[in-house]
Amino acid sequence: MGHSERDLNENPVALVDKQTIVQELLSVLSAESVKYETEDLTPFECDGLSAYPQIPMIAVLPENEEQVCKVMKICHKYKVPIVFRGAGTGLSGGAIPYEQGVLLVLSKLTRITHIDSVGRYAVVEPGVRNAAISEATKMHKLYYAPDPSSQIACSIGGNVAENSGGVHCLKYGLTVNNILKVRFVTIEGDIIEIGSEGLDSPGYDLLALVTGSEGLLGVVTEVTLKLLPTPEKAQAIMASFDDVEKAGHAVSDIIAAGIVPAGLEMMDKKAINAVEQFIGAGYPMDAAAMLLCESDGSVEEVNSEIQKTTEVLNQAGATEITISTDEAHRLKLWAGRKSAFPAVGRVLPDYFCMDGTIPKKALPNVLKRIAEMEDQFQLQCANVFHAGDGNLHPLIMFDANEGDQLHRAELYGAAILELCVEVGGTITGEHGVGIEKINQMCVQFDNHEIQTFLNLKQAFDPEGRLNPGKAIPTLNRCAEFGHMHVHRGEERFPDIPRF
Amino acid sequence: MSSDAAVINEFKSQITDAKQRSACIRIRGGGSKDFHGVSLEGDLIETKDFSGVTEYEPTELVLTARSGTPLKDIERTLEENNQILPFEPPHMGSEATFGGCIASGFSGPRRASQGAVRDFVLGARILNADADDLQFGGKVMKNVAGFDVSRLLAGSFGTLGLILESSIKVLPKPEVERTVFFELDHRSALDKMNTLAGTPIPLSATCFDGNRLAVRLSGSEIGVTAARKKIGGETTEESSYWESIKEQTHPFFEAEGCLYRLSINPTAPIDQYDDALIEWNGSTRWIWNNGTLSEHQEFANQYGGYATVFRGNRLGEPINMMSPALQKLQQKIKISMDPDGIFGKKRLFTEF
Repeated sequence: MGHSERDLNENPVALVDKQTIVQELLSVLSAESVKYETEDLTPFECDGLSAYPQIPMIAVLPENEEQVCKVMKICHKYKVPIVFRGAGTGLSGGAIPYEQGVLLVLSKLTRITHIDSVGRYAVVEPGVRNAAISEATKMHKLYYAPDPSSQIACSIGGNVAENSGGVHCLKYGLTVNNILKVRFVTIEGDIIEIGSEGLDSPGYDLLALVTGSEGLLGVVTEVTLKLLPTPEKAQAIMASFDDVEKAGHAVSDIIAAGIVPAGLEMMDKKAINAVEQFIGAGYPMDAAAMLLCESDGSVEEVNSEIQKTTEVLNQAGATEITISTDEAHRLKLWAGRKSAFPAVGRVLPDYFCMDGTIPKKALPNVLKRIAEMEDQFQLQCANVFHAGDGNLHPLIMFDANEGDQLHRAELYGAAILELCVEVGGTITGEHGVGIEKINQMCVQFDNHEIQTFLNLKQAFDPEGRLNPGKAIPTLNRCAEFGHMHVHRGEERFPDIPRF
Repeated sequence: MSSDAAVINEFKSQITDAKQRSACIRIRGGGSKDFHGVSLEGDLIETKDFSGVTEYEPTELVLTARSGTPLKDIERTLEENNQILPFEPPHMGSEATFGGCIASGFSGPRRASQGAVRDFVLGARILNADADDLQFGGKVMKNVAGFDVSRLLAGSFGTLGLILESSIKVLPKPEVERTVFFELDHRSALDKMNTLAGTPIPLSATCFDGNRLAVRLSGSEIGVTAARKKIGGETTEESSYWESIKEQTHPFFEAEGCLYRLSINPTAPIDQYDDALIEWNGSTRWIWNNGTLSEHQEFANQYGGYATVFRGNRLGEPINMMSPALQKLQQKIKISMDPDGIFGKKRLFTEF
C-alpha cells in the first residue's frame, strides 16, 4: 500500500518508437488484435485493483501460442517491457499496465485442448475461465479443485501467475498443488515445458517457482491441470457465534478433533450484514461472527463428519447451527460468502481487500487490533477469513472521492499487513504482491532475501523487462521506504545507501 | 541458544572457507539418501548437531524443525498428537533426518492422493553461498509473497544452499486404514488403478508388485467401510506391506544393479515394462536393470514424463535427461542461488 504517487519506473528502459513496434506487431497479428489508440486502451487501464489506473503504450491480444511467441520476440528485439493480463480480476494490481510497455492480453486463448477422463487431467489455454474447467469435466464426474471467489471470471493463466487459492484449499491445496505441467514462453520467445504428465520431474522444481511468479519470469500458454473425482456429496454447516473469539476457538477445535473440512470460512458482523443486505443468503444478522464449514466425500463420510463437526461447534458455544438441507441450500450459503467483496463494495464505493495470513491462534488479537485501527484511521473494515488456513481478508471501505480517504485506506491496509508479519504471518496468502503490497515486501524480507529473488528473476529476465515494478521491490525502494526489517534481532540494510 | 548460534556459526565458517578455497561442500544429514545422484563431491558439512522441533502447535497444522532432527523423532512427535507427515516420506535408513527428507523430496505411497514433500513445504531458513541466513515462505498455510524458494529447495539435494530449518503442513492421522488386494495381471491392475483414482472414495495408496494390486483406503471408519464394500477385493492382515513399498524392502527391490523410475502419464501402456512395480495410481513405474536411461527417456517422452536413475547409477553418469533448453534453465537457477558452485557439485547434473 502507499501508491498514491505512482512509482513503476523502477527499471529504466530505453524509450522506443511506438510506431515502429505497432508496425512490427501488425505484421504478425490481425489489426483488431493490436490496440494503440487511447480509447481502445482505456479498458485495460487497471485490473481488480482500480485505484492506480495506467494506460499501456500498446495492448495486444494474440489468438494462439505461435502469436504469443512472435510478440515476445518483437518485444525482446526492441527491449520493450511487457505486462501480462488474463481476465483482469487480480486484486493486487499485478496486471496494471506499464506506460512505456506492451500489455499482452491472453483472453483470446480460450481453448480446452484436451480432457483425459481416465488419466484425470485437462489441458487448457491460459484464457480459459476457472469455472469453465469444472463445467467441461462435469460429465466425467471430475472437477478442478481450486476455486477462487472470482472463479466465474478469472482465468487459469492468472491463477497460475498468482498461485490462486479459494475456499477449498485447506483440503485440496492451492493452484501449485493442482497443476502438473505448463508450456512457458520465455522473454526470448522460446517455449519450455515445465513439469510432466506424471506427478514429478527431475531437477529443480521449476513448476513451483513459476507458479505465483506474478508474470515476472515469462508467460504460460498452456496448463495441464489435475482433475479430481467429484465428491458424491457435499454439505455445509452455518454456525453463529455471539463473540468473535469463540468463533476463532471453534476453528481450532475442529482441527483438534482431527477434521479437515473441505472449506472453513469465517465472517464478522460487518461482512455478514453487508452480504445479507446484498443477496439475502439467510445469514444471521444478529451474530458477532459466523462460520461456514463444508464436508465433502462419500455419503457415509459426509454424514459422519457433519455429525462430528456439529458436536464440536455446539461445544464451542455456537448460538445457532444450520445444516444445508439440499444442494440449492448449500449453494445459497456459499453464494453469500462468494459475494462478500461486491457486497462490501455496495456499502461504500471503494474498498481495499487485504490478504494477510496469520497463525490461527493470533486471530482474536489481530481482529481486535484491526477493529481498534478503525478509530485510528476513521474508516470501516469488514472481515472475511479463510479460517481453516489462517488467510484473512479485511475489507477496508472508503470513498476515493472523499477527502484523504484513499490515503487513509492505504495507511490502514499497510498497518494491517505489518501486523500480520508481526504475529508471524505473511503480507499475502493468495492475492499476490503486485504493486499493492510491494513496500510491505521490505517489511517481510531483508535485503539478502530480496536479492535472492532478484537473482532468480535475472535467471529468466536479465534486464528486468517482464512486469517491471511489481512483486519484488528493488533494494533502493526498500531503503527509501524506510521500514526496518528486524531480522532475528539484527538490523539489516547496513550496506544500502539511504536517500 | 548459544550452542545453536555456535553450530550456525560453524556452518557459516565452513561455507565461507569453502568459497575462499574455491572448494565444494556436500551437506549431509544421516546419509540415508547418499545412493541417489550423479556423484558425491566436496567436504562434508553434517547437519546432525542442528536438531530439534522448534515450533509445533497441532491445531495450526504446522511443524517447524531443524534439519538435523531425526525423521523418526518428527514422526513420533506427530504420532503423539494423532497427526502425520502427509507425504509419508521414505527414510531409506534409520539415520534419516528431516533436512534430508526435504532436500531429497522423496515421497511415499500417499503421494498420489495427498501430495509430495514440495506440496507441504511452507517455509525454509537457509544459509546461502555467501553464508547469509535467509528465511523464505513462512509458518502459515498460505503465503505467496516472493518467489516460492522453499518449494524449490524440496528435491534440490543440498545444491542450492544449506537448509537450516523447514516448516511443513501436517495433517490429522486418518481414523482407520485398510488395505485390500486384487489378484490381477499388470494390464488389468493399471486399468483398475486409474479407475479407482477417478472414483470418489478415500483412496490413499495403490501399488502393483507383479502379483497383486494393493489398494489402501484411509479415513473415517464409516467412510472406509463403505468404500471397502464398493470396491471389493480381499483383505489380509499385512500391516507391513506399505512400509515395505515405502522403504523399498519389498522383495521386488531386492535386486542388484540399476533401479530406474519412470514418472509418466498414469495411462501409459505397461506392456513394454511388464516386470515393473507400479505405484501412485499408475504414474510411477519402477524398473530394474532393463535398458538404458536414454531408452527409458525415449519411452517417457511419448507419455509426457521422465526417466530417472534412482539407485545404482554408475559414478559420473547422468541420472536424468531433459531438453537442452530446460537443462539450461535449471543451470541458470543453480547459478542464481550458488554462483560459484559451492553446494553439492554434480549431485543432480553431470555439468554442474
